[in-house]
Amino acid sequence: MYLYFGKQMKKRSSPYALTFVINFLLWLLLTATFAIDELISGVIISIIVSLITAPKMKILNGLNIHFGFLFGLLKYLAYFFYALIKANFDLAKRVLSLDMKIHPGMVEIKTTMQSDLGKLFLANSITLTPGTLTVDVYDNRMLVHWIDVPEHLDIEATTKAIVSKFEDYLKEFVK
Amino acid sequence: MQLAGEIILLIGAIFIFLGALGLLRMPDVYNRIQVGTKAVTLGVIGVIVGVALIHPLWWSKLFVILGFILLTSPVSSSAITKAFYRSGIKPWTKARKMKGKKKKAQKEENKETSS
Amino acid sequence: MIISAMTLIAIAALFTLYRLLFGPTNADRIVSADALALITTVVLIFMALVFDSILYLDIALVYSILSFVGIIALARVIEAKVHNKGEK
Repeated sequence: MYLYFGKQMKKRSSPYALTFVINFLLWLLLTATFAIDELISGVIISIIVSLITAPKMKILNGLNIHFGFLFGLLKYLAYFFYALIKANFDLAKRVLSLDMKIHPGMVEIKTTMQSDLGKLFLANSITLTPGTLTVDVYDNRMLVHWIDVPEHLDIEATTKAIVSKFEDYLKEFVK
Repeated sequence: MQLAGEIILLIGAIFIFLGALGLLRMPDVYNRIQVGTKAVTLGVIGVIVGVALIHPLWWSKLFVILGFILLTSPVSSSAITKAFYRSGIKPWTKARKMKGKKKKAQKEENKETSS
Repeated sequence: MIISAMTLIAIAALFTLYRLLFGPTNADRIVSADALALITTVVLIFMALVFDSILYLDIALVYSILSFVGIIALARVIEAKVHNKGEK
């Protein structure tokens, strides 16, 4: 996971509580019971694991937990699945056509996401949506491989075409 | 429920098949990564949703697998693309509106430089 | 219907195997290995369905984790190689 973060290791507190909650939810999903023994052992193991791993999970500080957090996450997921399905039909059309209509090339885009977690989500979204693939992430630039580059594009127009919609949705739950 | 699950399962399998076909047909590594990641990931999602519809009691474990694949498959493909790009593999490009032999010649040339 | 889905996935695995064996460059082989790992996860989920046992899902989860770690390690190795070459 730490592929996406460069220099931004600022001194922040380690997210012990958040790591514990995530670990415990994972335990509940994997055991799929509410028996009291399982719950107690789950709490103990989650505490141990989160004590060990929380100092390395500072990337979780990018989450912006507030009142509309879950709602924002759900809205983002809905848009994401819509984009994923659209991307795949587009791709299927390209693969099945006799002369593949592709004009691949590398383009650079700007991002306004602040935290590393936001950049990670954005890069993943770009990779799974129509014809684009994140290659590299610098401070606030991303190098993107685009399968069908239109002619005569500058960086503003490219940014608008690829990322700005995702950023709007992402900003509701990550910083 | 059973029938809907099987239909979604079949759609997922079709997307995996298309992804593999794209892996076979695309001209260079970067395009192959694109097709391989995207189509196969949607195929996996389709298969998981189909199995969840057939066996509704398994939903929690299937949900964990789904979340894990959604998080990691783009990360791993991005990582290998970055490694290839830094090791100097040039992306295959094609100028617009070129036809016939000229296009083929350029294709050959690009292949030589990229390999 | 399940049988036809399994046949499609088998053909897809054959295609990726072709790239794995005869890929023109090593990069193609790594990409197809990544895709083949995902396809193997799908096959394990199908086995859970066919043999009607939830244990195969655990195997699928662990397999996908291991393949992810392997791909990241490969990427790291390639990058480190490039880095060393630049310094010499």
